[in-house]
Parts: sequence; C-alpha cells; structure tokens
Amino acid sequence: MYTEKVMDHFQNPRNVGEMKNADAVGEVGSIACGDIMRIYLKVDENDIITDVSFKTFGCAAAVASSSVMTELVKGKSIDEAMRITKKDISDTLGGLPAPKVHCSILATEALEEAIKNYQAK
Amino acid sequence: MRKVYLDHSATTPVRKEVLESMLPYFTEAWGNPSSIHQWGRTSRKAVEQAREEIAQYIGAEPREIFFTSGGTEADNLAIFGTVEAKKGMHIITSSVEHHGVLDACQYLEKQGYEVTYLPVNEYGQVNPEDVRKALRPDTVLVTIMYANNEVGTIQPIKEIASITREAGVWFHTDAVQAVGSIPVDVKDLGVDMLTLSAHKFYGPKGIGALYVRKGVRPKPITHGGGQERKIRPGTENVAGIMGMAKALELAIADLDQNMKRITGLRDRLIQGIRENIPEVVLNGHATARLPGNVNMSFLYIEGESLILSLDMVGVAVSSGSACTSGSLEPSHVLMNMGMDHQQAHGSLRMTLGVSTTAEDIDYVVSELTQIVEKLRAMSPLYNSKNL
Ligand SMILES: Cc1ncc(COP(=O)(O)O)c(C=O)c1O
Repeated sequence: MYTEKVMDHFQNPRNVGEMKNADAVGEVGSIACGDIMRIYLKVDENDIITDVSFKTFGCAAAVASSSVMTELVKGKSIDEAMRITKKDISDTLGGLPAPKVHCSILATEALEEAIKNYQAK
Repeated sequence: MRKVYLDHSATTPVRKEVLESMLPYFTEAWGNPSSIHQWGRTSRKAVEQAREEIAQYIGAEPREIFFTSGGTEADNLAIFGTVEAKKGMHIITSSVEHHGVLDACQYLEKQGYEVTYLPVNEYGQVNPEDVRKALRPDTVLVTIMYANNEVGTIQPIKEIASITREAGVWFHTDAVQAVGSIPVDVKDLGVDMLTLSAHKFYGPKGIGALYVRKGVRPKPITHGGGQERKIRPGTENVAGIMGMAKALELAIADLDQNMKRITGLRDRLIQGIRENIPEVVLNGHATARLPGNVNMSFLYIEGESLILSLDMVGVAVSSGSACTSGSLEPSHVLMNMGMDHQQAHGSLRMTLGVSTTAEDIDYVVSELTQIVEKLRAMSPLYNSKNL
C-alpha cells in the first residue's frame, strides 16, 4: 500500500519534535480526516529557512509527508519554500495511495500557515 | 521475530481437521448434490449430514438452515428476502451494524423504504424498549446484530426477540461474530433469522448460512435452480459446507474452555495496557463483551500509525481510525457510541483467538508501550497538553 520511501519516513521521521525559539509556527487540522500537523521554522535575516521541525497527529502518510516537507524546505528561502507543492511531496515519497493525497496537502498547508505567521511578524 | 495475530474478528485460520474434512469433496466425492446418480447421491448425503449437524449446534431444525456464500449474503438474503416477502415499507436496525446489514438498509432507503437506525448507549448497546417504540404497523423487519465486530458488545437479543415476537414482526440477527465464540441457541434466543459465517470460527471463507425459523419465509434474492428449497439457488459449495460443519463441531466442543481461557487473556491484555500506558480508554462494554475482543483508544495518536508500527514488530491488529477506513470517516460504530473524533482516531482493535498465549499478550503489551511513547512524542496534541 505504501512505498518504501513512505515507510522509511514514517519509521525514521526527519526533524521531528518541537523547536524552542522558533521564528514561526504553523498548525493546521484536516476537517476531512482529523489529522493535525504543526511545523516550526527558524528563519535567518536573509529569509533563509535554517531549521525546521514538525509534530503530527495522523497516519503514516501524514507523518511521512511532514517529514519529507521538512527536508524539502531546509536551506530554502521563504519564496522558494512557498513554491513547494503537494505534488513535490508526493513525488519525493514515490507516490501516495489516492485516499492519502490529502495528507500531502495538509503538509503544504501547515507550511503556508507557518510562512504566513512569519510574514505577519 | 515473534508473530502475534490479534485480528481474529477479521478472519481465522482454517483448522487442520477442518481442511481434512473438506479435501475428499474436491477429488473423491465431487458429484453435484442435485444429480440422481451415485456421484450425486454421495454429495447430497454429505450436505444433508452437515446441515443436520450445523442445525443441531445452534438448536435449529435441519430444514431451517440455508447455506449461502457467507455472512454478507446471508444478511442480504434476510433483509431483501423479507421486504420482497412482506408488505410494508419500514425496517428497524441499529446504528452499529456491520456493513452487510447497514449498506443493505441504506440501499433500501434509496428505493423508498424507511429505516430506523436505533441509537446505542456509550457501550454500544441497544435499548430493547427503543425497539418497541420504533415498531410501526408497516414494520416488516427488525435486524440487530448479536455481537459487534468492532467493540465486541453483545446485544440483548432475547429481550428484543420477545418484543418482536409479540408484535409479529420478523427479527433477524447477524450472529457472525457470536457463533463459535459464545453459546448461540436460536430457540433460546427466539430469533426468526440468524446469520453465521464459517471463516470467523476456523472454517473456510466463502461459506455461511442463514437460519430461518419454520413459518418464516423470505423470498429468494437470486434466481436459478431449486437448491436450498428455492430460497438460495445455485450448486452447493459442498466442500465448504463440510468444512463449516466440522469447524462448528470443534468450536462447540471446546466452547466453555476457550471462552474461559480467552476471556482471561483478554482481561490480561486490558489490564497490562492500563498498567503500562497512561491515558487509554476501553471502548465497548466491560462484561457484555465477546471473550476475544479488546478495543482501546490511545489518546493523542492515530490508529493507522499504531497498526503499521505493530506490524513491524510482528503484531497484527486493526483500527476504527478515519485513516484506515478509505473513506476519511472514522468508524460509524465508534462515532455512534458518542465517541469524539480524536478517541475514534486513536482506536485499536485487538481480537484474540484459540492460538493466543499469555506470552503473546505480554509481548504485545511491551511493544505497544514503546510504540505509544514514540508516537506520542511526535504528536502535537500530546505536546500541547504537557507544555
Ligand atoms: C458482524 C459481521 N457480519 C457480517 C460479516 C460478513 O461476513 P462474510 O465475510 O462471511 O461475508 C462479518 C465479517 O466481516 C461480520 O463481522
């Protein structure tokens, strides 16, 4: 059902945990399935995301999507990070089963929320 | 790695003796029971012998047993067969039925029938008085399951049956999870129709039966030959029928002993989890519960994550989480018991069977303890609570 990549990110999630002194936090909940994702960003004076971490309440696809998303944004500028799509996440994971595509959307929404909060500061 | 199968409510392995009882009917006695030559007569004799045995094990007459392709078909036959046979547009069921009943009722609603889905209390039980209140002059059927497949809650079938009997309305019960796990006697229960399925009691998949009390006669829902007294036409699954009879014989022979042993293991699992893992909730009823059913919610984490993590350490379980349903909806059973979304999301069903040992249980408790800790460390809900 899941690709090896998904299972790897589920078993060994990258950048998991909360972040002290984060510059921005974004949290979204899926109305559809009840999953919740929270992401923390550390951003330097040049708008580069230097550190990122997440916490997720959800299935393997949700955990893997969050984990891959943190890998994709690390080192990117805010502008670049905003261009990450659900397809980037699902492609990096080698694809997600159809009913689980919304998990990758949740990851991009959490990121957008964090960036929005950063920009509002 | 240790392998522990705790998903016996999904299906069970076929016992060796059961398989052996079936094999001759593939290669030796393979005749069509409807043929009048000796090949046919041998098969007919075997089928009728099996029918007699199965009837006896559930307190029925042989003529009251109709073989089907399993639980789903027997449920469908009871429901569609009844609305075909009786005049009236109203059906009463519960809000926690298996999809074999639930989806059939929802289909009938689309055809213009009215269906009352009776509520259940927090333990998943129907109140018999609600059945009485829901009865109408145009009610043709009451269908309420004997034991729930998710939370193991046992319904007050006898009490409901006395109400429907008084009202003269047919009463069907889906006893798929009950037969082979707890005593089932159709006369004692007083039901008009009862569904059973062999693969839940160590028999083969694809064979089941509908008990239909004498004097009750649903119409066939498939049309063809005259088999099963025209109620369920089609050449009999002879080997399957033989396997079901053998499986039921073995289940009944060991019933008391297994009930006692498995209930003990069930309570060991519940207690082990409660002692080692904080913030867990037992779903379902404490005592009106199938011997092998444990259903618990692990707050702040999600069921599919639990299933996959347990799978990696050799443990097979299931969940009522939205993430495992394919529909993004958590289990209707848990939701209709009044559970909040998060609790349903973190539910885990562990169903024990005849091969489960105390060592299995202790292994599961210890693995689960570590897994829950790891997943909770990842959960934004757990965190925010402890900040
Ligand atoms: C309560 C209940 N009813 C019906 C069924 C369906 O039985 P079958 O798999 O034989 O169609 C099941 C099994 O999944 C069940 O648990």
